[in-house]
Amino acid sequence: MKIGIVVFPGINRERDMVLAFERVTGHTPTIIWHRETHLPKVDLIVLPGGFSYGDYLRCGAMAAHSPIMQEISHFAKNGGYVLGVCNGFQILTEAGLLPGALLPNASLRFLSQDCYLRVERDDTPYTNGWKKGDVFLTPMAHGDGNYFADTKTLKMLEDDNRIVFRYASASGKVDPQDQTLNPNGSINAIAGIISENGRICGMMPHPEDLVDPLMGGDDGKPLFQGIMETLTQ
Amino acid sequence: MNKKQQPIVNEKLASEFGLSTEEYAKVLTIMGRNPSLTELGIFSVMWSEHCSYKSSRAWLKTLPTKAPWVIHGPGENAGVVDIGQGFAAIFKMESHNHPSFIEPYQGAATGVGGILRDVFTMGARPIANLNALRFGSPDHSSTRHIVDGVVRGIGGYGNCVGVPTVGGEVNFHSSYNGNPLVNAMTVGVARKDKIFLSAAAGIGNPVIYVGSKTGRDGIHGATMASAEFDEDAASKRPTVQVGDPFVEKLLIEACLELMETDAIVAIQDMGAAGLTSSAVEMAGKGGVGIELDLDHVPQRESHMTAYEMMLSESQERMLMILRPDRTDVAKQIFEKWELDFAIIGHLTDTGHIVVRHNGKIEADIPLKPLADEAPLYHRPTAPSPAPAPIGDLKIEKSIEETLLQLLGCADLASRAWIWNQYDSTIGGQTVYRPGKADAALVQVDKTTIGLALTTDCTPRYCAANAKIGGAQAVVEAWRNITAVGAKPLAVTDNLNFGNPEKPEVMGQIADVIEGMKKACTILDFPVVSGNVSLYNETRDQEGKAVSVLPTPAIGGLGVIEDTSKAVGNSLIGGCELVIIGETKGHLGQTIWLREIMGQETGAPPSIDLQTEKANGDFVRNEILNGNILACHDVSDGGLLVAITEMVLASNIGCTLDVPESGMRPEAYWFGEDQARYVVVTSNKDKLLQNAKEKNIPARVIAYAGGDGLVFPSGSVITIARLREANNGFFTALMKG
Repeated sequence: MKIGIVVFPGINRERDMVLAFERVTGHTPTIIWHRETHLPKVDLIVLPGGFSYGDYLRCGAMAAHSPIMQEISHFAKNGGYVLGVCNGFQILTEAGLLPGALLPNASLRFLSQDCYLRVERDDTPYTNGWKKGDVFLTPMAHGDGNYFADTKTLKMLEDDNRIVFRYASASGKVDPQDQTLNPNGSINAIAGIISENGRICGMMPHPEDLVDPLMGGDDGKPLFQGIMETLTQ
Repeated sequence: MNKKQQPIVNEKLASEFGLSTEEYAKVLTIMGRNPSLTELGIFSVMWSEHCSYKSSRAWLKTLPTKAPWVIHGPGENAGVVDIGQGFAAIFKMESHNHPSFIEPYQGAATGVGGILRDVFTMGARPIANLNALRFGSPDHSSTRHIVDGVVRGIGGYGNCVGVPTVGGEVNFHSSYNGNPLVNAMTVGVARKDKIFLSAAAGIGNPVIYVGSKTGRDGIHGATMASAEFDEDAASKRPTVQVGDPFVEKLLIEACLELMETDAIVAIQDMGAAGLTSSAVEMAGKGGVGIELDLDHVPQRESHMTAYEMMLSESQERMLMILRPDRTDVAKQIFEKWELDFAIIGHLTDTGHIVVRHNGKIEADIPLKPLADEAPLYHRPTAPSPAPAPIGDLKIEKSIEETLLQLLGCADLASRAWIWNQYDSTIGGQTVYRPGKADAALVQVDKTTIGLALTTDCTPRYCAANAKIGGAQAVVEAWRNITAVGAKPLAVTDNLNFGNPEKPEVMGQIADVIEGMKKACTILDFPVVSGNVSLYNETRDQEGKAVSVLPTPAIGGLGVIEDTSKAVGNSLIGGCELVIIGETKGHLGQTIWLREIMGQETGAPPSIDLQTEKANGDFVRNEILNGNILACHDVSDGGLLVAITEMVLASNIGCTLDVPESGMRPEAYWFGEDQARYVVVTSNKDKLLQNAKEKNIPARVIAYAGGDGLVFPSGSVITIARLREANNGFFTALMKG
């Protein structure tokens, strides 16, 4: 299993992502600097969290137009696996690899807290470590995580079963109108979606920061176990 | 400013720059001629209170600064202590009080940026940020705006640079109405043998400027930080710098990458007084001269004068002395990170700082007298009036009602609204986040070492008795570190006071430092870095100067070899709660007295340092040997508030035992006697036995379990009700 983590200037959760892969799978990912023009041979590209280019334009907008994104698009269109977390998710939507957009949180404040996610599908490389309906705890830390898509796109995502995680209560209750359950105000409480081919996934929260009981829990582990199972088959 | 408009340098201008008549006379003697504008600017910032510590230096010298584990004490950019396994922790706290009043968001944000640079300039990757904040009365008209801006500013900067904000403290008091205190602390980790210092060396070596370009922002910021505010403080907004956390993130990575090579001889950030202080201090420490050619300084604006460039406090800039044969290596690294890199001068053997601009010498000052003859004042001190004795205490409220009211008061209400805006998990090493333990705990990458971190001060105790208050701030930090099972190693201090020219304020400074000194000495908890912020006063509507409460914020750092042995403050169902330490029912200066009885009266609780040490050492030992499973020290609000905080942290209720007799119930439940901890054990017989053998007071006081707080009378407050009382304050404050 070869994993490449792409670092744009201002990305700051690449170390967390490396640590999580090491802690859960024993594999050490390769760091790919944004100016590299050729992707090394990898099975999975991860776009981690942070503030690429300071997020001074729309979050992820600058990174989405950097040269390496063309390589990543090419990789994705040829069936490559791509995971974008937080700023990585924002970059994927800005680059058009996933539909929709991430708007400022409904509260207009940065949110750093734990939240529960309900697993909506268990047949993707990113979710097969869980069972459908499972609920897990994960930290979230973002200012712009309020997922939005127009009615048509939303219907397509729902109809095609492309929503992989929703914000929920500990018991799995989903209520988009309830701010305690859906803290950033995402439409349909969407926390993560997947591409049509089931290989490009974007999510806002940070399971990579909860993979060690010492750090408060290991609820995020199945994400990495699932990826390893898929890629080492 | 072009040449024609340059003001005439004379005593009047010197006074506008903050230099006294005597100080200006000294400048004339040193120079042997009339100084140029740039020279006057350099003298005025280097001799400002902020840079020279002229009022506090004599007292600061009395603080203990040494221990076998201290690698670098005060005098470097930050303090450095040995944390074992070849690693060192580098940390410091610094204030950004005045800018945060004028422009809360940028004031607080650049405070975080500045303290980060003090730490990574020494070779450490920053792994945690903390802060100590003081705001005005919740019902004062500007408090909401300042709280909102400061919290957004700290979050905006810290979250973007990717350093977790893991802890802090907040108080509200009317004395901060026009002068909030924003103290930011950064902790970093470096290899013990890879620590970078600031003393310049090597005649002829190049002086390198890296980071952001220089603009006209922040000119005379250090002087502003050394003066009282007047009515038109807001007109000083242009002297507040603007931060760019994105550039800071690049600067951290670029500097750490360069530090992997052997290119750097010396390095220092351009903080207060920018290029002036970094150049003067680096050359001064190394005993060399320095020549700068400002034509090569990367500039954001056109037609900047030498004066403006030397005094600018533009953010995210560093000054380095490099080995001449390594400048290309360094340049490549900074180009990779898309940061400015410029050779702006070289070291000389003249012992002078020489500043050239447009082919002309704009300043030529001998460095030795600039440093050695910096003013040092032994200002007169006067005692503060003793607090009024405690008045009549007629009680009509039940203990239950009292508890709910206290949980919702400004100083005890849940801080979740604040810390939920700070990224506390980034880095993947945060063991205990805010609210989960008495000190934040962050693990050092690829080790089992945990750093226990806290900031503490109880300003109302300091106001009532500065000696006790100074000692208590240190003790509280020591206790919080102890309460997670870590060994307290050292402190950084941020001393915030009013105008030192007033004898009463100077008396507070002297007494606070005296109290700190005793506590640091007996607890073996030396001061390794710090910052002093004076002139924290503002004029009220009648034009009267109001001093802030004396606020010596203490940032404490401790270490635990094996993080898996650390404990938090959450209850564990089925366990017993034991109080360690003696409860005497001290009510003077308590939160209870202020909030319930409306009195800020009485003496603060006394501090017995030997008892503190004995009780704390016992608790730490019992945590490490597994007899204590959770721990919370008893501080603001007393015993019942401490227990309730443990209930709220865990969502597990508890049943309270009947209190000790011989004391009024309020004194037992809400008294603030020191040297106490509430500990959770599943092995009470062993714990009590061990306590008895060591002569440590210990007594079972409650049993954990259920979903409410059950009082001896049988009445119950549900956890939901406790939480509601605890959570309402910030929501109400922000709604206004």
